Amino acid sequence: MSRATLWLLLALLLAAAGSLAAGKVWVPLDAWTSADPRSIIIVELRLPRTILALIVGAALGVAGAAMQGYLRNPLADPGLFGVSSGAALGAVCALFFGYAAQAWLLPLFALAGAAATMALLALIAGRSASLLVFTLAGMVLTSLTGSLTALAISLAPTPFVASEIVTWLMGALTDRSWDDVWLALPLVALGVAVLARTAPALDALTLGETAARSLGVEPRRLQRAIVLGVALTVGATVATAGVIGFVGLMVPHLVRPLARHRPGATLWPSALAGALLVTVADTLVRLVPSASELRLGIAMSLLGAPFFLYLLLRLRRRLA
Amino acid sequence: MSALATEALTLSLGGRRVLEEVTLTLAPGRVTALLGPNGAGKSSLLACLAALRRPDSGAATLDGKDVTALPVRERARRIGFLPQQADVHWDVDVRALVALGRLPWRGHGAAGVADRAAVERALEATAMTALAGRPVEQLSGGERARALLARVLAGEPEWLLADEPLASLDPAHQLDVGARLRAVAAAGAGVVLVVHDLNLAARLADSVLLLRAGRVVAAGDTSAVLTPETIAATYGVTVEVGVTAGGERYIVPVGRV
Repeated sequence: MSRATLWLLLALLLAAAGSLAAGKVWVPLDAWTSADPRSIIIVELRLPRTILALIVGAALGVAGAAMQGYLRNPLADPGLFGVSSGAALGAVCALFFGYAAQAWLLPLFALAGAAATMALLALIAGRSASLLVFTLAGMVLTSLTGSLTALAISLAPTPFVASEIVTWLMGALTDRSWDDVWLALPLVALGVAVLARTAPALDALTLGETAARSLGVEPRRLQRAIVLGVALTVGATVATAGVIGFVGLMVPHLVRPLARHRPGATLWPSALAGALLVTVADTLVRLVPSASELRLGIAMSLLGAPFFLYLLLRLRRRLA
Repeated sequence: MSALATEALTLSLGGRRVLEEVTLTLAPGRVTALLGPNGAGKSSLLACLAALRRPDSGAATLDGKDVTALPVRERARRIGFLPQQADVHWDVDVRALVALGRLPWRGHGAAGVADRAAVERALEATAMTALAGRPVEQLSGGERARALLARVLAGEPEWLLADEPLASLDPAHQLDVGARLRAVAAAGAGVVLVVHDLNLAARLADSVLLLRAGRVVAAGDTSAVLTPETIAATYGVTVEVGVTAGGERYIVPVGRV
């Protein structure tokens, strides 16, 4: 483990502790050991929220790093295959048809949406392992599911449902419970395990697809692993936290120098840095003095857009 | 002794016949140059030998076994392939780049002592040790070509197949990389190169294989095969062949047949 990884872990611990304490009500960490009445805030509200932030951030970080490595493109995002917007459409359907009254149905619909998108992606791309066909198929699905989501908003039976959908789409970790943690944890763990196994193949792709194949990488197998891993991680995060953009794009960039630019070695640091970013951001949105809590998804986009611009300017300088 | 061969290998790409009943046997410990005009099927033949393309009929074989039927990892260990494109998609340092050549040996595990030693040997053999810590994007074209050659050498394959490894290099680096390829063959590996430059082929290769329109025109020892007659039959040009004071043959095209 490198020194940078250790620092990341340390920062993560501090951020998690801060996330437990911070909010409308400040709860000192020693409150949950005693019979303090505030311990219920920590155990039933703050703790699941913090753990979910860690899970969601790690999932998005790893998925982003894997996508960028696989597509050999530093601007790739885990949402690119349409899994994210497919899961969002699933959740929107649950809200639209009023199934979301049962708390567990919405994430289930979201997971079904992710799985359906993944199946469609496999169907469209067919047996071709071509990156171009695959990326374009993902874009078609992203655009299709996006417009269906817009359709659902415009046809919403009541203004209340429309506003519920819009709010949900912005992504947040507010009022999440242990149920969400138990739903996300196994799926994300499995997805991360699948993606971690692709590390050597992602490294090999540094040399381009032909050389990677000569080194024993099987493109179709790799593609299946990437799609499955991204669907599990991203599907689970959308199901429990809604759409949170930019984490998967930003985080791999930030940690890439720590991994000496090797795509495979970027995966684990991306998990740590993603968890750190989401936990810190989710703590900060609670502290913003506003009537209703700032949505995490919006905060991320506010942070992400300037970051994207910075990347663009750096790219421009390098190409100059 | 390992032998790489093809048996009546036929390949079509996009409905066009690219290779037609190619039968050949390559000997280890030698540099073999694949020569022929553009579109003759040189790169396709190399890709079939490396199991990167599956022929329509016939087969490329390693010790009598179909290369496409070999376990992927064994094939990757035994046959090293250096593609024509010098793509490096991330700004890794030279040592990390060269270490990629060890992937067939280490798989999902961390690099072991043997892997590190092989990487250092490959850096040494290509005179890249001093540049090992340098990011690839800061290398010159020649240095990058040497780093990529070191990558394939690090796998210490029995067969090194390279698609135009010298094409983008200046004369000094062509001689330099050429000498290293000869050293690899001298150490016992089989080296197969796609070459465009007849003079380089004459200088580097122990044997040559001339292809035209997917068929073998001539094959054998360089000095015996690379004659004005076979060159005319392959390329449709007349050439003059001369010998330098140092004993190196040179070939100058003088007109179309």
